[in-house]
Amino acid sequence: MTVLLFVFVIIAIIPLASILFEVVKNGVGALSFEFLTSPPGALGSGEGGIGPAIQGTLIAVGIASLIGAPVGVLAGVYLSEYSSSSKHFAYFLRLFNDVLTGIPSIVIGITGYIALVLTLGSFSIIAGAFVLSIIMIPIVARVSEETLKLVPNTLREAAYGLGLPKWKVVWHIVIKGSKSGILTGIVLAISRVAGETAPLIMTILGTSLFFSGLNSPVDALPLRIWRLASQPYPAAHEQGWGAALVLILLILAMSVALRMFAQKRSITLFKGTT
Amino acid sequence: MVALAYFCFKRRFHTYFQEGCFNFVIGTDWNAVEGRESFGALPYIIGTLVSSTIAMAIAVPISVGIAIFITEMMKNKFGTILSFVVELLAAVPSIIYGLWGLFVFRFWIRDYVEEPLHNTFGGFPLFAQAPFGLDVFTAGIILAIMIIPIITAVSREVIKAIPHSQKEAAYALGATRWEMVKTAILPASKTGLMGATFLGLGRAIGETMLVTLVIGNAIGLAAIPTSLFSQSQTLSSIIANEFLNEASNDLHL
Repeated sequence: MTVLLFVFVIIAIIPLASILFEVVKNGVGALSFEFLTSPPGALGSGEGGIGPAIQGTLIAVGIASLIGAPVGVLAGVYLSEYSSSSKHFAYFLRLFNDVLTGIPSIVIGITGYIALVLTLGSFSIIAGAFVLSIIMIPIVARVSEETLKLVPNTLREAAYGLGLPKWKVVWHIVIKGSKSGILTGIVLAISRVAGETAPLIMTILGTSLFFSGLNSPVDALPLRIWRLASQPYPAAHEQGWGAALVLILLILAMSVALRMFAQKRSITLFKGTT
Repeated sequence: MVALAYFCFKRRFHTYFQEGCFNFVIGTDWNAVEGRESFGALPYIIGTLVSSTIAMAIAVPISVGIAIFITEMMKNKFGTILSFVVELLAAVPSIIYGLWGLFVFRFWIRDYVEEPLHNTFGGFPLFAQAPFGLDVFTAGIILAIMIIPIITAVSREVIKAIPHSQKEAAYALGATRWEMVKTAILPASKTGLMGATFLGLGRAIGETMLVTLVIGNAIGLAAIPTSLFSQSQTLSSIIANEFLNEASNDLHL
């Protein structure tokens, strides 16, 4: 049996290792300063780069986190700290949240298309960021609720015992004490959202131009990868691999950096609270 | 969230009223040309079911196995590293799995799995079609590869949460390690593992871009998979494909 399980691990590791290996092997060749900064060249020429795509991804994900992270964290705070007086409402909120997590991203994309793109009249960053934030909110809310619940009740009671009002307890004790967990949830959501393709097709659309205002279409890395992979030219494929490498590095760097940051913070906080 | 449901239904009812709900679910004809619209989603529903069934059949045993392996067999550094790697891999975007599937895995599976199967068991309808590499089988396997890290990460948490006293009780009754896993871990973590499975299933069903790249994008009657090696289409990939056509038409106008 042990052997069987070990074989399972090997079976799972091989394709995953192969993915990373192929992405690095095929992607490194495409990387250059020009590739990272210039707009895409003519179709199939192998010239140009993914500058607009990187810029678009950063802007859209940035705006999405500005909307999604606070809303998600506040929803988590409500569910864990304030919902004890209205159990039914909290139950439905949790149910909705779980359902929203399970909705395929493309369906959320269509909703964004109908609600924002058709209403505003054009594909836009705003619509894309809105859709991405909808995907983010349930993840952030779920994780922050779970971490807030982990804060020991004795800490809350001690703070109440010192005569602090509820909002001060929630803000200074509960939220600050579980900062690292909340951050982990946000990072999880951001890395999930940064790789979303389907909803972006329906909202951001993708162009080959640089950022030109919040209500015009931009490019995004997953979109660019998909476009490049769908083209029949080898040069485009190589660029696709390059873009994939950039995207993976972006996500990994973000999650590793924030994980280290969160660890450091939680250690100092732990010292502060004891 | 309410708005989300509202907009979806508003738009969907448009199609339902046009076709009738029944026809929409069992129809096989798909024609988006203006004036001759008819939308039957049966092939895509079947495609979705087949590809996610393949994915779950492969992914669930492997993921649960890995989770048990990490939590029970590998309590040293290697296990920590392995679980860290699994968590990082869960963050790799699906489009990259699609890229890899289209340019690398497609040829592996065509040459090393599908060709031999087709040559040996070609008589069975399951393996009858000539292998091409972009088909339901490939899509199912790549979906499995994509959701393995997700299911593993969740099941690992579930199995880790089982109290030690239960495991020790099983050992105390003279159970070997395997009897312990069978009698103490699996029953206790059943609901959690189900939850992990459904999380994976949700991702597999809703996954769009990966499937669009590797499933072959057949339309209409041709999209009903007659064998493991036939091109098909899932609900979400037809949405993506149709949307692209529609969007580019609108932009050209």
